[in-house]
Amino acid sequence: MSHFFLSVTLSGSGAEVESSPVLTGEEIPDSVTDEDVPWVVLVWNDPINLMSYVVFVLQKLFGYSTEKATQLMLDVHEKGRAVVSNGTREKAELDVFRLHEYGLWATMQKDS
Amino acid sequence: MNFGRRFRSNRNGFVEIKIADEERRLIAELIEQLRELVLSTSTEGSVDPSIRRLYPTAYVEDVEQELKYQRLMRDQLLERRLAHLDVVESTLQDEELSPETLIAWITSINDLRLVLGTHLDVSEEEEPTFVSENDPEQQQRAIYHYLSHLLGELVDVANN
Repeated sequence: MSHFFLSVTLSGSGAEVESSPVLTGEEIPDSVTDEDVPWVVLVWNDPINLMSYVVFVLQKLFGYSTEKATQLMLDVHEKGRAVVSNGTREKAELDVFRLHEYGLWATMQKDS
Repeated sequence: MNFGRRFRSNRNGFVEIKIADEERRLIAELIEQLRELVLSTSTEGSVDPSIRRLYPTAYVEDVEQELKYQRLMRDQLLERRLAHLDVVESTLQDEELSPETLIAWITSINDLRLVLGTHLDVSEEEEPTFVSENDPEQQQRAIYHYLSHLLGELVDVANN
């Protein structure tokens, strides 16, 4: 079987990469006060990820119940996006990273 | 192809897998191609749009933070991906998967779908159809739908 992927064009300068920190969630408290939670993590609808897969990931990463994870998935599907977690910038960034590990289209922004 | 119950939860969260040898060969080949693809675009710069989906934007409102995020996280994402691909490759002939191995299968197969689906520009309404034999995308679409079915089966068994 021949390669099915598009050929890839490499470009860019290969800029130097800063040392990569290993993120852990340990220093982040489970519950934070309102003034500490100015960031929200959003998952956006995309045509590729299966609905059952999105539910699976939300349960696995955040420990949500099947009902809550399903409702969030439906919000993503029907409204185009849903807030799946919030917290400090560090926590939000870690959550986004974990969602990216699972291939979900996640972004973060300041809660407004 | 038999799409009956091919994955079954076993003791201690292990999963029995009963898939055909040709499926295992196909997955092996796809995994190898994905590894090549992600390795070929591991440096910063413009990359194939298909693989762009593997590195989503984190900060939509802050270009500077986004550049920083990509600089710091991109290599980590790549590392995790490669580690999962290695796990799948080394367990492809197994008849039973551990819970951790199952996660590696699930994420790797989803990565394949992300790359293929982006390349094929699939829509939510995408249904398995067989188009003209002259369509060069026919094989890719068939593989995409096969992977979707496989992932659905794996997620189902992981949920049980």
